[in-house]
Amino acid sequence: MSEQNSVAFVATESIPPSPPPSSQVGAVKWLRENLFSNWQSTLLTVVSLLLIFQILSTLLPWVLNGVWTTSSLSECRDVLQGKFGACFSVLTERWNQLLFGFKYPSDQYWRPTLAFVFLLIAAAPVLFFDLPRKMLAFTVAYPFVAFWLIWGGTLMAPIVAFLGCAAAAYVFSAYGKTNFALGFIGAIAAALVVWSVGAVLIPEGANDSAILEHVPSRDLGGFMLNMMLGVTCVSLSIPLGIALALGRQSNMPLIKGLCVVFIEFVRGVPLITLLFVASVMLSYFFPPDATVDLFLRVVIMMTLFSAAYVAEVIRGGLAALPKGQYEAADSLGLDYPQAMRLIILPQALKISIPGIVNVAVGLFKDTTLVSVISLFDLVGMIRGPILGGSAEWNGVYWELWGFAAVLFFVVCYGISQYSQWLERRLATDHR
Amino acid sequence: MSELAIDREIDRSKMQVSDEIAIQINGMNKWYGAFHVLRDINLTVNRGERIVIAGPSGSGKSTLIRCLNALEEHQQGQIIVDGTELTSDLKNIDKIRSEVGMCFQHFNLFPHLTILENCTLAPIWVRKTPKKEAEERAMHFLEKVKIPDQAHKYPGMLSGGQQQRVAIARSLCMKPRIMLFDEPTSALDPEMIKEVLDTMIELAEEGMTMLCVTHEMGFARQVANRVIFMADGQIVEQNEPEEFFNNPKSERTQQFLSQILGH
Repeated sequence: MSEQNSVAFVATESIPPSPPPSSQVGAVKWLRENLFSNWQSTLLTVVSLLLIFQILSTLLPWVLNGVWTTSSLSECRDVLQGKFGACFSVLTERWNQLLFGFKYPSDQYWRPTLAFVFLLIAAAPVLFFDLPRKMLAFTVAYPFVAFWLIWGGTLMAPIVAFLGCAAAAYVFSAYGKTNFALGFIGAIAAALVVWSVGAVLIPEGANDSAILEHVPSRDLGGFMLNMMLGVTCVSLSIPLGIALALGRQSNMPLIKGLCVVFIEFVRGVPLITLLFVASVMLSYFFPPDATVDLFLRVVIMMTLFSAAYVAEVIRGGLAALPKGQYEAADSLGLDYPQAMRLIILPQALKISIPGIVNVAVGLFKDTTLVSVISLFDLVGMIRGPILGGSAEWNGVYWELWGFAAVLFFVVCYGISQYSQWLERRLATDHR
Repeated sequence: MSELAIDREIDRSKMQVSDEIAIQINGMNKWYGAFHVLRDINLTVNRGERIVIAGPSGSGKSTLIRCLNALEEHQQGQIIVDGTELTSDLKNIDKIRSEVGMCFQHFNLFPHLTILENCTLAPIWVRKTPKKEAEERAMHFLEKVKIPDQAHKYPGMLSGGQQQRVAIARSLCMKPRIMLFDEPTSALDPEMIKEVLDTMIELAEEGMTMLCVTHEMGFARQVANRVIFMADGQIVEQNEPEEFFNNPKSERTQQFLSQILGH
């Protein structure tokens, strides 16, 4: 060692690696280092353990003594006989109402259930891109299948809707390459033409004699409604958000201005006002005889709302990319759509994943706000028919709200775990 | 900015300048806002020329070669690359960009794609080359820059010198007729500079038309057939390397050369 202090030094041998000292490994070492390293942390550890014990000693008996089989709160009390316990019977007795709302025909519950199972299959290839790409065919068909399963009615409606989208896709693929604006406007026009022709062709009262009984939107409810709103709005708002973010970066002042005004307006307005607009005021903007479905109106408002947030998140991702990436794409001769699709967006979206997931989780929880405009989603069901409207269950707050919390937590935690997996999966830069 | 020794014989048999004009710049001017970056640039580059553009920082040399594939827009004058005039017409710009390869100081590889995908992306999407053929060509050029075994790694796993060689291979996959180099070795360690310069020399030996903005005066001396010195947005002096280095005419050039070679 001392030689290294003198001015002239030459290493005479290379030093081989050796294992760490034995005091640096093992569980006792971990405990000592992390929980009891000094008196402050020992104190904190003890206090925390006491706190955890307190919470568990209250919660566990409450859950374990829980009653699952009675048909009213007073019966629960009889069974418990003064013991401390939960009355989970409300969940078993009102299970279907909590999931499907109180108006959905009970012999048709299999339809939304099947739609939910299909959702898992349809979402899989989008979420896990190692799965065979052919599964995407099912994903494309899924919205129309799910629509038919949940709402029922004439089969013509989803078919016309599908044909309209197919016509739009065809027109866009035919003209969009040479002239984007022409392809885009043409696609919208084609879809509108197919839909309006279809609307004329579907006979009046076609819903009455349909294979699947028609269920109007106002009969939807429960957690099903939250899921439907959440899935639809999140999956629509991401592409719209990308378009808005790119529009905000555009060189064309008109497009840029429109996007900026839209984003800033929507972000400056509370979601609840937009929902009131959807439920009450939007009818002023449609022709007097047009009855745009309330569900559709809510979906439009929530999608616009979260699209503005997604757009801002993606704009952050776009801004985080080095300018060199744009220049490299340009210098290779890629045109704008190619550069965006192949180079810029994959990287910008990867950076934006945490933010987008944040918006998605927030939006999913915000779907409960529709209970304010008298839709009976999970929260609406608990507040309205179950707690307020029935004498049997008036007063079982903890059990019902706890159930709602657990249900939302499971979904949101799943989303956040998925996003962490995705980030790890996409990490290629090895920084 | 030391002069890196080039320790190999350079094969000059194919380094021939033809009469055909590759790039013609007439009276070109460019401003950044009110700042006049490029002042009355006139330059003709024949096919097969190896031109080194030198000059102090801020002299506009990078801006000049970035104008040649429209990464920067010029406001006045005429630029004709490979017979096509650069205007604001996007079709012309994309055409020129696919004929002109470019290497950047910071490589600008696509970090989300593997080395092979980096090289095949533009041929597949711009040239519509079938994927298999594009991959074969990419492997050919990766072998040429001596990193075929890295093909399935991501750019972040490679050293700077390797990344720059991939960037050169990526440009070559488009079969460009002109290559632009914007300080390709400035961000590299001395050990890696040599491997990148070797790749560039090989390219020159095959007769590629090259414009290099670089501070590697050894490369300029041995490979270039013409050195252009820029200062304050204008071309101050140009000459054959021998004459340029041994007998600079303008005071500004003498000052610059004494600064970068004098220690």
